[in-house]
Amino acid sequence: MTAAAAFFYLFASLAVASGFMVIASRNPVASVLFLILAFVNAAGLFVLMGAEFLAMILVVVYVGAVAVLFLFVVMMLDVDFAELRQGFQQYLPIGALIGAIFLIELLLVVGSWTIDPGLVQAPLGTVASGENLTNAQALGRVIYTDYAYFFQIAGLILLVAMIGAIVLTLRDRPGVKRQNIAVQNARTQATAVETRKVPSRQGVEV
Amino acid sequence: MPPVHAALPSLAPLLPELILGIGVLVLILYGAWRGERSAESVSVGALILLLFALFAVLSQPAHGRVTTLSGAFVSDSFSKVMKSLVLLGSTAAILLSHDFFKRERIDRFEYPVLIVLCTIGMMVMVSANDLIALYLGLELQSLAAYVIAAFHRDDVRSTEAGLKYFVLGALSSGMLLYGSSLIYGFTGTVSFPGIVSALNDQAGAGIVLGIVFVAAGVCFKMSAVPFHMWTPDVYEGSPTPVTAFFAAAPKMAAVSMTVRLFIGALPDVTAIWQQIFVFVSIVSMALGSFAAIGQRSIKRLMAYSSIANIGYALIGLASGSQQGIEGLVLYMIIYLAMTLGTFAIILSLRRRDVMFESIEDLSGLSRTHPWLAFCLAAMMFSLAGIPPLAGFFAKFYVFAAAIKAGLVTLAVIGVVTSVVGAYYYLRIVKIMYFDEAKEPYERMAPGLRVVLALSSIVVILFVVIPDPLRAAAANAAKSLF
Repeated sequence: MTAAAAFFYLFASLAVASGFMVIASRNPVASVLFLILAFVNAAGLFVLMGAEFLAMILVVVYVGAVAVLFLFVVMMLDVDFAELRQGFQQYLPIGALIGAIFLIELLLVVGSWTIDPGLVQAPLGTVASGENLTNAQALGRVIYTDYAYFFQIAGLILLVAMIGAIVLTLRDRPGVKRQNIAVQNARTQATAVETRKVPSRQGVEV
Repeated sequence: MPPVHAALPSLAPLLPELILGIGVLVLILYGAWRGERSAESVSVGALILLLFALFAVLSQPAHGRVTTLSGAFVSDSFSKVMKSLVLLGSTAAILLSHDFFKRERIDRFEYPVLIVLCTIGMMVMVSANDLIALYLGLELQSLAAYVIAAFHRDDVRSTEAGLKYFVLGALSSGMLLYGSSLIYGFTGTVSFPGIVSALNDQAGAGIVLGIVFVAAGVCFKMSAVPFHMWTPDVYEGSPTPVTAFFAAAPKMAAVSMTVRLFIGALPDVTAIWQQIFVFVSIVSMALGSFAAIGQRSIKRLMAYSSIANIGYALIGLASGSQQGIEGLVLYMIIYLAMTLGTFAIILSLRRRDVMFESIEDLSGLSRTHPWLAFCLAAMMFSLAGIPPLAGFFAKFYVFAAAIKAGLVTLAVIGVVTSVVGAYYYLRIVKIMYFDEAKEPYERMAPGLRVVLALSSIVVILFVVIPDPLRAAAANAAKSLF
């Protein structure tokens, strides 16, 4: 068994196992963490296939943004999953029945399925193939040259998303004390400290 | 690795988009720096930007077809006409909103900024010459539209409209994207001319599936039946100037995107998509006409009216001929004028800071505001398609194109539904002229006057001087064939 095959089985079995744990885990936070593990293993599988750019994007986007967002939501909403599962026993028989029917239908369909050769025709146009480039190099070659226009418009879309989030959610709350660094820095000993002689038994007016 | 040399593509055809893009960044910075007080000056700035862009569009050459940016961007007389319409619609949206937002105390500088960003997206859609550009333009336009639908964020109806629009819009974008990916998968290219040559007059089952999904996506964006469900709710819930905007500029962009895609990329497989648009056109006209009858809110009525109007405009596309596209472009020009004029009047129904949105509030308008009633009556007669107003000619040209293309049944159904539609348009005229008069409304804001005057001129005087608009539409259609 080569090293690549060994890694494939490692990543694949970990991905399947953590995928199972996502739905089996009782604690939703643990579920999200298993989801992250599944994503990372899927990224490992991508690397084995030679799609290292896709692997990086998977980690950056899904692990770095989407899963963390899930984690935030799960932690902040405090959903009682035990309560959500309350009706599970009650609906189990009818659910199992419908599931069985679906399974039988699927087996019937897949069993008698031949794919129309006209449907799976090769692409009519030619897809350009690069020389011996890595994924990231090949993308980098076109993204700032041929596809610069799309890149710029995607930038504008992100700008709209940012403005939209601010417009719809940012509120000015009156009466909030904010740190004003300029004022803090402008304070000197003369403006901040005052020395007074306190007469005995009389005090001073502040 | 050898260095990659790429020549800077020609940016001259892109001038209007560049003006808006760079200008809007300046406006954002200015607005963020000045804070809440900058709403007025940013509005003025956005108006100036839009007018500059309009000037840049109009000064582009009248003939010929230029593609740039690796063929993703095309500029021809079709894009010239449709971009002018989009820019006019956006300009009107800012003019119509100014007074309204100020009184509702939601005049923030982000509104004109989002309108300009939305306009850039629409112009990208109009000039799209490949699937990626089409999709990115559509997303830029839609994302800005979702935000401005919910712009009145303390109003439940407005936030509901924004959310509904967002969820359904995301679904339709998904369908469009899935269809595009199928088309790409079976042709191996995203560029429209590439698709034409790859298809070579024949389409397999995969292509047909892709076309169906893409058609569903674009029908949603045009709010054509059966993908219209969001339209009445979003139109009713959004702040009224935003509704006016939705009914005007994005429709122009969605229709031109559809034309670009189906005439530009799939001209040799007309038989496949023609039946889709014949069906969509018939059900849009029918539903728009029948469902509008029972409406009490003017905004909902206008939503159904816009659905029906898209049905009529799609007759032109279903014809698939140069004459059909000419009729469609002319229809969109006249539809823009009728819609903006009607919304200018709806926005002027205000008394002591209360907006009136029900049809009954128009009763006796002819006695309190004779000119307003006259203009609205002209708009309604025109929407009903009664000669000699512009709406009659709009319908006339698309029906004529349909008959010439052999779609006689479609034209007959169109005539029948426009008779049904005439009922609710004429009911408004009856309420204004023959019902009890109510208290007069406040004076119209100057922005509303400008929009109403210009659109009334187009609607009423089209019969006298039809040639400039007809020539523009003919020129636009010619550039596509």
